[in-house]
Amino acid sequence: MLVLDRVGKTYPNGVRALDGISLEVGPGEILAIVGGSGCGKSTMLRAISGLDTPSQGVVMLDGMPVLGPHPKIGIIFQEPRLLPWLTVAGNVGFGIDDRPKAEREDRVATALARVGLTDKADVWPRELSGGQAQRVAIARALVPRPEVLLLDEPFSALDAFTRADLQDHLLDLWADSKPTLLLVTHDVEEAIVLADRVMVMRPHPGRVYDEIADDLPRPRDRQSAAFDFVKRRVMAALDRSLDRAVITAEGETKNSAGAALWW
Amino acid sequence: MSFGPMTITAGPTTEPAKVEQTVQKPGLSRFARPALGLILPVGLAVLWELAVRAGLSNGRLVPPPSVIFNTFAELAKTGELQRHAAVTLWRVGAGFGIGVGFGTILGAITGYSGLSHRLIDPTLQALRAIPSIAWVPLFILWLGIFEASKVTLIAVGVFFPVYLGVMGAVTSVDRKIVEVGRVFRLSGPAMIRRILLPAVMPAYVLALRSGLGLGWMFVVAAEFMGASEGLGYLLIDGQQLGKPAQIVAAIVAFAVIGKLTDWMIAAAATPFLRWEDSFARR
Repeated sequence: MLVLDRVGKTYPNGVRALDGISLEVGPGEILAIVGGSGCGKSTMLRAISGLDTPSQGVVMLDGMPVLGPHPKIGIIFQEPRLLPWLTVAGNVGFGIDDRPKAEREDRVATALARVGLTDKADVWPRELSGGQAQRVAIARALVPRPEVLLLDEPFSALDAFTRADLQDHLLDLWADSKPTLLLVTHDVEEAIVLADRVMVMRPHPGRVYDEIADDLPRPRDRQSAAFDFVKRRVMAALDRSLDRAVITAEGETKNSAGAALWW
Repeated sequence: MSFGPMTITAGPTTEPAKVEQTVQKPGLSRFARPALGLILPVGLAVLWELAVRAGLSNGRLVPPPSVIFNTFAELAKTGELQRHAAVTLWRVGAGFGIGVGFGTILGAITGYSGLSHRLIDPTLQALRAIPSIAWVPLFILWLGIFEASKVTLIAVGVFFPVYLGVMGAVTSVDRKIVEVGRVFRLSGPAMIRRILLPAVMPAYVLALRSGLGLGWMFVVAAEFMGASEGLGYLLIDGQQLGKPAQIVAAIVAFAVIGKLTDWMIAAAATPFLRWEDSFARR
């Protein structure tokens, strides 16, 4: 169980990026976080990953505070961030360097097979396409078997076709060991395809604005009416979250004119 | 000599399609392309040789290739050339070793820690502004006229490019890559070994090579300031006794050994840089 208790982040220059984020994510749950730019989505993910420390509040995993990068928390960034001097197999095995060689090779081979890149094991990252590189990054993050996997807009740099492909792929991989997934995205459809729950954040400072349950049966049909219904609810919440006048009135549901222009 | 082609084929071996392309397209290119560069110098040498033979010039001040070759062979036969080359090589080696050692350590420290950068770098940058030859009188006063002052001068020459190269490389290591190391909780030494070292490698090799180039430059300066052996001494000796062929022979020796040592660094570094995705890899 991942718990955020009134987590806040104030940067040294005085900018308040996050304020009082409280959140509980159960084991195996997939939570998508959407929000306008500058609403602190990435800041929150970095605080959970331990790369940044929150200025207020605490992040807890299974009852223990997370004070730095944690062995049970993995992260996938927007860019693959592969190490160019290691082969694909070397990159995938980067996080389990302390294991015996046989076990390491075995787990790397399994992971590469799962992302469909067995034949690329010995090539350099520079020879991969964007989608392949991101698949290697996913394999690298999953090989240490994290309990929580954070994804910071992992597919936003890819073309629409590759993106949809990787979303399905991610769900497939998730089904193997069912880690908790926290997915930051600005693609509402992506959030709804993947998540059990969509959290909408609002900016200045970043706060939780609304939560929308997404319990459509899997695999999800992007064309279905039910899908569209959830999408409309999330879009509406996003619109409201960015309407300053409404925010000052705390939660009034006045419809703003700028529908779907929230980013 | 097998390293030259190897650096070129290392990339394509992983991409069969490319191999075919490079082999098929210009069948000669592997041998013909380097040969292109030889046309100009060899052509000029042959022309000059012919001009002297034809009596168009007496070739006393600018000796023709055959005379240079004879001088070279004679120096080599008596063992003189080897002796002088060995002394020079030793001086460059010692100076290079010291310069690289200090340059690497100080460059790594100032690149890694902001505080030591502010403490040390301004002084070093000020010292760098001094033309290194200007130190010669002081080094002679301090260290005498023998080996110590010569090696020190070379070390100073090697130090600055290596220092600058390492510092620049360490400061510009991608923060995003370092974060990958942090996510996997690498300890300090592991972070250096697995992230920082490989990341600075290409720039480091470049720094070593420019450092070595300066080392060869400064050994000549050092041997000009009173040496009784070394290739630089051969230059001075040839000038004082009016033997231009000996001067040219020494210059040729400098060129060959300099190029050879540079090639050695490049070849030794190749296995570490195979991953590089660079413009030069074609």
